Amino acid sequence: MWRFIGSRLLQAIPVLFVVITLTFFLVRFAPGGPFSSEKSVVPEVKRALEAQYHLDQPLIVQYGSYLNDIAHGNFGPSFKYPGRSVNELIAAGLPATAELGFYALFVSVIVGMAAGIIAALNQNTWRDHVPMAAAMLGICMPAFLLGPLMVLVFGLWLEWLPVSGWGEVPGDKILPSLTLGAAYAAYVARLTRSGMLEVLSQDYIRTARAKGLPEYVVVMKHALRGGVIPVVSFLGPAFAGLLSGSFVVETIFQVPGLGRFFVQAAFNRDYTLILGSTVFFAVLIVVFNLLSDVLAAWLNPRLRNGLSNP
Amino acid sequence: MISVRALLVISLMTLTACSGGINRVDQGIRDQILHFGNGTEPQGIDPHTTTGIPEHHIEQALFEGLVGKDPNTLEPVPGVAESWEVSADGRIYRFHLRHDARWSNGDAITAEDFRWSWWRGLQPALGNEYAYMLYPIKNAEAYATGKLTDFSQVGVRVIDPYTLEVELTAITPYFMQLLDHESMFPVPRATIEKYGTPTDRFSLWTRPGNMVSNGPFRLSEWKLYKYVRLEKNPYYWDAAKVKLNGIVFYPTENTITEERMYRSKQLHITSSIPLDKVPVYQANRPHELHIEPYLGSYYYMINVKRPGLNDARVRRALAMAIDRDSLIKNVLGGVNFPAYSMTPPGTGGYQPPILFKFDPKGARQLLAEAGYPDGKGLPKIEILYNTNESHRKIAVALQQMWKTNLNIDVTMLNQEWKVYLDSRDSLDYSVARAAWIGDYVDPDTFLNMWVTGGGNNDTGWSNAQYDDLVQHQIPAMHTQKERMAGFYKAETILMEEMPIIPIYIYSTKYLVHPSVKGIPNNILDHYVFKHVYLEPET
Repeated sequence: MWRFIGSRLLQAIPVLFVVITLTFFLVRFAPGGPFSSEKSVVPEVKRALEAQYHLDQPLIVQYGSYLNDIAHGNFGPSFKYPGRSVNELIAAGLPATAELGFYALFVSVIVGMAAGIIAALNQNTWRDHVPMAAAMLGICMPAFLLGPLMVLVFGLWLEWLPVSGWGEVPGDKILPSLTLGAAYAAYVARLTRSGMLEVLSQDYIRTARAKGLPEYVVVMKHALRGGVIPVVSFLGPAFAGLLSGSFVVETIFQVPGLGRFFVQAAFNRDYTLILGSTVFFAVLIVVFNLLSDVLAAWLNPRLRNGLSNP
Repeated sequence: MISVRALLVISLMTLTACSGGINRVDQGIRDQILHFGNGTEPQGIDPHTTTGIPEHHIEQALFEGLVGKDPNTLEPVPGVAESWEVSADGRIYRFHLRHDARWSNGDAITAEDFRWSWWRGLQPALGNEYAYMLYPIKNAEAYATGKLTDFSQVGVRVIDPYTLEVELTAITPYFMQLLDHESMFPVPRATIEKYGTPTDRFSLWTRPGNMVSNGPFRLSEWKLYKYVRLEKNPYYWDAAKVKLNGIVFYPTENTITEERMYRSKQLHITSSIPLDKVPVYQANRPHELHIEPYLGSYYYMINVKRPGLNDARVRRALAMAIDRDSLIKNVLGGVNFPAYSMTPPGTGGYQPPILFKFDPKGARQLLAEAGYPDGKGLPKIEILYNTNESHRKIAVALQQMWKTNLNIDVTMLNQEWKVYLDSRDSLDYSVARAAWIGDYVDPDTFLNMWVTGGGNNDTGWSNAQYDDLVQHQIPAMHTQKERMAGFYKAETILMEEMPIIPIYIYSTKYLVHPSVKGIPNNILDHYVFKHVYLEPET
């Protein structure tokens, strides 16, 4: 197992290197620069700004010093926010984004697995069709539609929940978590259903039932363990996706997270912030993919044994 | 399994931690704390390294210049200077600083503070994008562009600790207005030097706990992406008149979210309002809707180097074929004003020439005279705009009007903001949408930009007579009446040649809670926060 983790981590190094290199050169070759604005900047001022950010050096030198900085964990200063380092900007946005991602994941797992199990146990009845139709709707409905709808109903009509903010008024975390979790809940529901259906038709389930075990033990103890493996492999990338993809939800609910600034950085040509957040998310995706693979292996004996005896 | 259950319970508790509190608007009225929707996360709050409007709002509350502005008339009012004299030739200003003006740490403010601050603002290495606001001062431009290295030759002199003399290159009637601009604010030398060199853009001097300022408010808290909180500055010389105890600025990037925050009583003032909400408020809560003319022009730039468009008659025909009243009524929600000149009418008492009107017949005739009867043979025209829903709507309307009135086919191209700026800058377009917000109330801010090679003149247009008027004749004029006549003449040339097609005058549109008093009614949308206060509704 340790060898497996070690080799995966080693594989991550070239992946990150390619991500850094591609991003570095792609943003530089995009038209426009960090200092172009509607009111054009006087050439002398522009030169001074470029000197402050070392943009006056040859590109390859900038690339080299960027690699060196990043190897030391330093993402450099932001172009858009003078006096702020990219490390600081990421650190400031991460707690809200991570918390939101965690709650959304929580919502999606609880709701999605419950719906999937119910659907699988009642295959081809209304208790299958209703949750699956809802899941289809959840997958299809984008957050920019679902979010405002929830705000309209729960925030403005019923006045049950705050419409924006994060940790400022009680309950303001509910709507963003539900909105972000909804689409993922839908995926989890479908994956759980198909996983469960496959497991429920296996011999050992019939054996368990034949032993006279109560149905909930059969489902929760024997079937679920095998049935959720597809869900577990989905959760790693999903959590990374939740962290990096919450731009829309963060904007709708005024959540002080990373997503909004990640997108704005691209519009602002804030080179260091674009690079810093891209690298940061790349690391997250690598780590969470690895975690979900490890977890899936732990749940699946066949995979586990395959790993220890290659 | 137990741990999972515990996690479940904890998470649910966090999510639903119950009991509703009082809303921010009502609490704010009680505590005299203004909750202000500020558009975006401020870049920073160092007056010399920031340029945007959200930053401007915060800096206006944190700092005070030599002279301020009356929120209604925009006339100069005493700030750090309690009085001033202007020499007979209008070039030398002498400011007498009040003795009780203090920094927010209690230190006295002297004339040297201003001299040093302007020195910093003009340092070439700092990269101050607003350095040009100081250019009316003698030799300031030469110093900022590195042509002059001896700052003692720049027209700023400390006569004694409470007297500052400023010498201008030429008469500049709007100079007093500039003193209230952030680029002219005093910045605290001791603090800046404590946290870095004067030209260090990455300095930490503007952080809470470090920052020292001299305005009616001072920085108390800055939660990145959440809010910037200011508190009343007890050392401010006029603190007795400041009624607010604090202001909280929120980065409200999405106007739809912002409007919802306003509706659920989390904001007293918004930075904007979605266009489709305007009629709703007009019908139901008109007194909360703040719509005022704004010192900005929306126009189309024409690349005069392109065949077809290099003929002024074609450009004028395009301008005359636009029904601005219909555009404003049907596309812009009726909240803007039609423009027939680059400079908004009434800018500093100036009335621009009106040389054309909506006249499809005349437009067709001009086009025929230029050799394109009924639009035949006119090279392809493409409207370039930066990706934005309202720019798109306007472009569609103009495309339709030009088709109907001139029978010419126009295509549209949208580009992401920085790509669009790049295309504009390299003259890689035929017609492009653009806008300009005046820096000060004087036609100069709208007309100076069209001189040959001007940094913002992205049209390729050049006219020697115009350059001479704007760059040499007008600056040498002595009376406001002469100057206005000069600008009239210049704008006449501009509108006859028409490298740009004026479309509409901007308006400020935002929501203001009825409890907020002392909100400005001026075309700069200039806030004087020391006069703002909150009063319970009766």
